[in-house]
Amino acid sequence: MRLIIREDYDEVSNYVANYIKERVNQFAPTAERPFVLGLPTGSSPIGTYNKLVDFCKSGELSFEHVITFNMDEYVGLPKNHPQSYHTFMWSNLFAHLNIKPENVHILDGNAPDLDEECKEFEAKIARVGGIELFLGGIGPDGHIAFNEPGSSLTSRTRVKTLAYETIIANARFFDGDIGKVPKLALTVGVATVMDAREVVVTITGAHKAIALAKCIEEGVNHMWTVSAIQMHPKGLIVCDEDSTLELHVKTVKYFKSIEHVHQALIGTENLSLQGGVKQIRPTVFNQRPMNHPYE
Amino acid sequence: MLSTNKPAPKSKITKIVNARLLLDHKIVKDSYLWFQDGKIIHPQNLFFDQHRDADEIIDAQGMMVVPGYMDIQINGGYGIDFADHEGSLDKIQKDVDTVAKGLLQYGCTAFCPTVVSSAPEVYNKVLPLLNKRKGDAKGGSEILGAHIEGPFISHEKKGAHNQEIFRTGKRGIDEFDEAYGPELKKGSEAVSIITLAPEIEGVTEVIPELANRGICVSIGHSAATIDVAENAVAKGATLITHLFNAMLPFHHRDPGMIGVLGAVDLPAPVDPARHPSASNTSPDRTKPDPRPFYGLIVDGVHVHPNSVRIAYYAHPKGCVLVTDALSALGLPKGLYTLGGRELEIDDNGAAYIKGTNTLAGSTISIDQSVRNFRQFTKCTVVEAIEAATLHPAQVLGISDRKGTLNPGGDADLLFLNDDLEIQRVFVYGEEVELTKNKK
Repeated sequence: MRLIIREDYDEVSNYVANYIKERVNQFAPTAERPFVLGLPTGSSPIGTYNKLVDFCKSGELSFEHVITFNMDEYVGLPKNHPQSYHTFMWSNLFAHLNIKPENVHILDGNAPDLDEECKEFEAKIARVGGIELFLGGIGPDGHIAFNEPGSSLTSRTRVKTLAYETIIANARFFDGDIGKVPKLALTVGVATVMDAREVVVTITGAHKAIALAKCIEEGVNHMWTVSAIQMHPKGLIVCDEDSTLELHVKTVKYFKSIEHVHQALIGTENLSLQGGVKQIRPTVFNQRPMNHPYE
Repeated sequence: MLSTNKPAPKSKITKIVNARLLLDHKIVKDSYLWFQDGKIIHPQNLFFDQHRDADEIIDAQGMMVVPGYMDIQINGGYGIDFADHEGSLDKIQKDVDTVAKGLLQYGCTAFCPTVVSSAPEVYNKVLPLLNKRKGDAKGGSEILGAHIEGPFISHEKKGAHNQEIFRTGKRGIDEFDEAYGPELKKGSEAVSIITLAPEIEGVTEVIPELANRGICVSIGHSAATIDVAENAVAKGATLITHLFNAMLPFHHRDPGMIGVLGAVDLPAPVDPARHPSASNTSPDRTKPDPRPFYGLIVDGVHVHPNSVRIAYYAHPKGCVLVTDALSALGLPKGLYTLGGRELEIDDNGAAYIKGTNTLAGSTISIDQSVRNFRQFTKCTVVEAIEAATLHPAQVLGISDRKGTLNPGGDADLLFLNDDLEIQRVFVYGEEVELTKNKK
């Protein structure tokens, strides 16, 4: 797992947006070989989405051959309800991109048969060759998508009852009235996300600090479902300084040192986007003590 | 979600990008305007349910895109007077079309053809040709129904009207039906606005009946004192015809009709959608305003710019820009007619009854009115535009489909530059070919 620590929400958003742009452009998607992207909702990805919109408008990133699958959607909320995830994705992302409507997939919370809808969603993902990069956030209770504490780590797309903590957290979008928040949602499973060839999780804010610590410093545990990322060969967490507040100093220093080593000893010319290393530069004897703080 | 059983309409979807849109009383940058079949649409449903994307993209190049202007008091133009009843029905129909087409050049996408005080024969002949009619880019501006100004008005405040035709309402609504003919019974289908003087005998009592027919009752050409005016509003009048003109001047102890702007204890509006929205100047700042709308002619001649400003800030949400333009609109300076009387246009574009100082109307266009208004009051761009779009739509109770860029509205659009000069005009989603030089 890679952990990239940046100063604040904006820097994290910029990093992730740039990362996605580079990944898509290096992949060079075509109609026969599209780039399949998994997308979240909530306040975490908004900064990233704004940046992606800028890239699309400036021509640096095209969504013509990008297929997207969203993580989740409320059950029972009309698609054009102001708080539905369809509305969120439309106004924050799709309205501004050159993406084709038939390449966008969001679970339908009003389908006549919800189980069928979930199975079909998994089938659609399989049909396009699986997800290349799944972007996600994390809940204060460590959940990925709506996989609340107690969700099986091998779960697939299904109907979930929302945990009380999640309902409280979402009440702010429903006039602060807990009664108005939907209690059920359709969500991709933990395994659905981990089946992607790469998983990128953004974590910002001090209120996510405990969740981050539980997910990367402790065991793989169904109570903190993001911890499943520990078993993924290409997991990337991008977080801000505030969210590292509950981590061990050693953990933070270690991950920061990795970036420093990459810059100084390996050099970006030898480094691939996903962390692969070709060779190192001719070494210069380094006087700095190992525990020196890294920027 | 299961959509309707009808197959998706295959008609063209147009998207406007790079525009500054007037949405929700603000100028908004990162938004887009989508329309299809002449109506503004919300594209989200089309995107998700029908997988439709835009077929045509129009680049507004940073210009402001606003709703088309609406003029609820205009007597004619291009040499044509709506009260002119001579000539065949064909000729009159053609004349109406000529004006409707010409008005598009000024960004006026909907208007109420105004007919000054006339004899019953004239109304019988002319009103049926002024019924509601949809607009289109080639045929002309939308007709919203006629504005019949008089003859139930005051001799003292006749302006350029012919006072021999004036009547009283002694016999109530029957007198009105006789005066105007069968079109009045059609209510808002044929007649959108009626201007009357409430102090004339029997007139105030008829106001509720007229309002019931869906007609907007407007008080004007009247010497009413403040209580008579307020009573008329209480009975259902929702508009004041060209404030300041053809009414008693403001007197601090009896402010007359102008004083209605300062009214506090009018009854709550029966139909709040046809009253001004609440503002900081409303009697109750959270409820729709019980005060009526008021028209203002802003050519700088009919009303001094300072007076415009005073009225505006007393009641901003009620201000409606009208041109009261005459047959001389769009033509060079000279002699013209209005309701059978000879008029003279001077260098300022002001029209006087030949040989007198009596103003008879203006030759200003609605888009020049918006520019003047902004200059006179130093209001915001949004406020200036709303006075010619949203507010007239509210007067007629059609703000769900006119005067806004909300989904469901008619795609009557103007592209404006920063000086509020018109660059492009769309009526019902089709672009109008602009021939005049952009001012």
